Amino acid sequence: MNGNKSKETLLSCLKNINFMVGFLMLLSVLLVAVFADQIAPYGFTDQGVGPRFTPPNGEFLFGTDELGRDVLSRVIHGTRLTLWVAVLGASLQLVIGVTVGLICGYFGKWVDKFFSFLTDLTWCIPSTILALAVVTIMGKGLTNSVIAIAMVCWASYARPVRAKTMSIKTMAFVETGAAFGESSVALMFRYILPNVVPALIVMVSTTLPATILSTTTLSFLGLGSQAPSPDWGLALSNGINYIGSAPWLSIFPGIALVYTVLGFSLLGEGVRDILDPHMKSQ
Amino acid sequence: MMPGNPIDIMVDRKVPAEKRAEMAHELGYDRPMHEQYLSWAKDIVFEQDFGNSVRYKVPVWGLMMDRIPRSLMLCGWALFIEMLIALPIGLLCAIKKNSLFDRFTVNFTLILTAMPSFWLGALLIIIFAVKLKWFPISGYQSMKYFVLPVFALMASTLAGTLRLTRSEVLEVLNEKYVTTAYAKGLPDRTVKVKHVLRNALIMVSVQVFMSVPWLISGAVVTETIFGIPGMGNLLLNSIVVQDFPVVQAVLLLIAILTVVFNLISDIVIATLDPRIRIELSGGDK
Amino acid sequence: MKEELLKLEHLSIDYKVKGGYLSAVHDVNLSVNKGEIFAVVGESGCGKSTVAHSIMALLPGGNEHIEGKILFNGQDLRTLSKKDMEKIRGRHIGMIFQNPLDSLNPVYKTGSQVQEGILLDGIGKAEAWQKVIELYKDVKMPDAEERAHSFPHEMSGGMRQRVMIAMMLARNPALLIADEPTTALDVTIEAQILEIIKDLKKTYNTAIMLITHNFGLVAEVADRIAVMYAGEVIEYGDVFEIFHNAKHPYTRLLMKALPRKTQKEGRLQTIDGSVPRILDKKPGCRFANRCPYAMERCSLETPEETFAAETHMYRCFLAGQAGREA
Repeated sequence: MNGNKSKETLLSCLKNINFMVGFLMLLSVLLVAVFADQIAPYGFTDQGVGPRFTPPNGEFLFGTDELGRDVLSRVIHGTRLTLWVAVLGASLQLVIGVTVGLICGYFGKWVDKFFSFLTDLTWCIPSTILALAVVTIMGKGLTNSVIAIAMVCWASYARPVRAKTMSIKTMAFVETGAAFGESSVALMFRYILPNVVPALIVMVSTTLPATILSTTTLSFLGLGSQAPSPDWGLALSNGINYIGSAPWLSIFPGIALVYTVLGFSLLGEGVRDILDPHMKSQ
Repeated sequence: MMPGNPIDIMVDRKVPAEKRAEMAHELGYDRPMHEQYLSWAKDIVFEQDFGNSVRYKVPVWGLMMDRIPRSLMLCGWALFIEMLIALPIGLLCAIKKNSLFDRFTVNFTLILTAMPSFWLGALLIIIFAVKLKWFPISGYQSMKYFVLPVFALMASTLAGTLRLTRSEVLEVLNEKYVTTAYAKGLPDRTVKVKHVLRNALIMVSVQVFMSVPWLISGAVVTETIFGIPGMGNLLLNSIVVQDFPVVQAVLLLIAILTVVFNLISDIVIATLDPRIRIELSGGDK
Repeated sequence: MKEELLKLEHLSIDYKVKGGYLSAVHDVNLSVNKGEIFAVVGESGCGKSTVAHSIMALLPGGNEHIEGKILFNGQDLRTLSKKDMEKIRGRHIGMIFQNPLDSLNPVYKTGSQVQEGILLDGIGKAEAWQKVIELYKDVKMPDAEERAHSFPHEMSGGMRQRVMIAMMLARNPALLIADEPTTALDVTIEAQILEIIKDLKKTYNTAIMLITHNFGLVAEVADRIAVMYAGEVIEYGDVFEIFHNAKHPYTRLLMKALPRKTQKEGRLQTIDGSVPRILDKKPGCRFANRCPYAMERCSLETPEETFAAETHMYRCFLAGQAGREA
C-alpha cells in the first residue's frame, strides 16, 4: 500500500514538466558544485592565469577579470556557495518559523498574540531593508547575511504552520495523545509536526528562490561575502565597475545565478502542483 | 557586540584610547542602549532633529532632503510604468488564457522573478548604454538618466503584479455578474473594462500599494548600480561606514512609509469596494 | 396568438472532456410561443441550464461543441456574429439567473446596473434613471427611489432578484429566460417573485422560458411544459395534458415526488439514483437504468419522438401503458 503510494508520487513527479526541468537544472548545478575542483580549470583565487581583462575565448571561456583570474573557474566555485546559502538559509528559516508557528498555534492566547504581532511586523517591512538593518548590527559576512535573511523571512513559515497547528490540535488523535499524558513538546513535535511536513516541503521549495536572491543581493551590496570569495553577487558588484570595458564579468555570474534560481523556482512550482493540487497555479 | 564603532570612522586609528572614550562620552555613545534610544526618539519627536551624520558631520535631515526627491522620482515612475504594463497585459493574458501569448508571458514573468534586479540592471546597461548608447550608464542629471533605473527597479514587482492581475481577472471572469453583464447586452469591451477589470483592480491595487515599501527597498540596489545618490544609496553607504544616525533615520523613514502605504491600501480598498466601506464606517451591516 | 418566437431544432451540445465528449444536451426540439410561459423541468444536471445558456450564447468554458439550430423569429442565432449577438441580448432576449446573490456586481449601485442596459438604447442618463425607478416600482420594490441607490450587499435575496428582473425587462425583450429564478429564495419570496413574473408577462406580453426543477411551480404558472432528462427532452405538451395524461414514466415519477396536500402517505416519493453522465452516445433510452418499467428493448434502441396529440410529444416505448394503475 505504502510502496504503491510512493510509486504514484514518483510517477506524478516524472509527469510534471516543471518539476522535471527544475530537477534536472538543479542536478546539473549540484554536480558542478560537487566536482568543482575537477571541472574548474583553475583555482578561484589563482591570479594572473591569463592576461587581465581577456574577453571570452577558446582558452578562457568566460574571460578573465581585473586580476587575471579565470571567470569560469570562479563561477564554478560559486555554485558551492549558492547551494550552501540555500541549505543554510532554508534550515534556519525552518527552525525559527516552525518553532514560532507551533508555539503560537499550540498555546494560543497571549503567546500567540505576541508572536503573531512579531510575524506581522516582519511580514510587512521590506525584507531587504530589515536584513540590511540586521547586518548593520551583526557585521558583514556571508553567514551573517544568511542569518539576517532568516531572521527576516521566517514569518512565511510561521504563519501557515500556526494555522495548520491550530486546526490539527483539535483533532482526535492529538487529544488522545494529551489524554495519555504526553508533554506539550512531545505533542507538538511527534503528533502535530509530521502533519505539517507536506505543507512545509511546498513552502521550502517555493521560498528558496527568494532566499537565494536576497542573500546574493546582500553580497552584491558588499555586506555579504567578502573578496576573494567567488560569490556570484560579489562578482556582479565587481563587474559593474568594469561594465563598459569588460561586460563578461557581469554577464556570466548573472547567467549562473538566474539558471540556479530558475531551477529552484520550477522545482518549487512542480512540488506545489504535486503535493498541493488545490493551490495549483493557473 | 557592535562590530564597528562610530568613533572609528570619525577619528584616525592613531588617536589614543582615552581621547576616544572622551569623544564617545561627549556624543553619548557610552550610555546604555535604551537611554541612547530614548534621547534619540525624544529629539525627533520634540525637536524634529535626527542628529548629525557621523561621517558628513552635517544634520541627517539635510542629507535626506537632498536625496528623497530623487528616490521618489525613481519609485514613482517605476510604479506608474509597472501599472501601465502589468494591467493591460495581465488582462489580455487572462482573456486569452492558454494562448501562445499567455504562455509566453507567464513564462517570461517566471524568468523575470528569477532575475535579480542588480543583474537585470547590469544587462540593461550593457545593452542600452554600452552597446546601443541610447542612454547614459549612470548619473542623475536629467530624465534620460532615469529610464534604465526605472525599468530595472520595476521588473521585480512587475512580474508579481502581472501575475496577480491575470489570476484576479481569471477569477472575476468566472463570476456570475459577468454573465449578467453580457446578458444585459453590453458590448464585450464594456464588460471587460467596466465589470471585469474594475473588480479585479480591487485586489491588484491593494497589492500595488503594499508593494511600495518593497519598491523603495529595491531602490537600494538600483541606486547603487546606476550611481543615483538617493535614499537607498545613502542607507547603504551609511551602513558600510557605520554612520548610525543616518541609518536610523532612513530606516525610520521607511518604516513610516510602510505604515502609511498600508493605510493607503486600506483606504483604496474601501473606495473601490463598497462592501468594505460599510464595515469601515461601522455601518448597519 | 400561437406565433413561434423561439424554436430549437435538433440542438445537441457536447463538452470536450478527458477521454471523449460529454453529451450535455442531445437532439432537443422545442418551441416557445409569443407571450406564453414555457417551463423546462428536470433534475439538476439534466442539461436545462445548458440549453438556456446556449440560447444566449453564454456558455462558459469554450470547450463545447454545438449542433442544430436556435431559431429566434426565424433567424438562426448560431449564425450571428459576436457583435450581432450582443445586440440580441438584453434587447430581444433577457435572462435571469439562479442565484441573485452573485448575479449582481458588488461594486456598483443596483440602479446604475439596471440603467447601464437602458443606456444602450440611446436614452439620456436622467431619463434612463427615471425608467429605472419605474421598473423598480413595476417589480414591486419597496422604496424604489431609495433602493436604486443601494448596493447589492445592502439588499435581501428577494430584492436582488427583483433588480435582476427589472434589469432584464428594462429593454422590453420579447423573451425572458428565467433559470431557476426562485431556487435560492425562501418560499414566501418565491411566491412573490412568481406573482411578479406572471404580472409582467401580462403587462409586457413577454414570453418566458422558465427553467426549474420544481414541478409544483410549473403547475401554477406554466402554459406548456418540457421535461428534460439527461440532456434529452423526454416529454412535452400543454400543462393540462402533461398533468393529466403524462406518458413518460419519468414525468410521472417527478409528479409523484411532489409534496401534495392530498397525499395519503406522509412520505415523499423519491426517484432512486441520479442523472447519469452520458459519455458515449450508445443507442438506448437514457432513463432505462432507473426506470421501474425498463424492458430489454429500452437499452438497445433509442425511443423516437412519439406524438400523443399534436402538441404532446414523448419518448418512450410504453406509450404510457406501464404503471397505469400505480
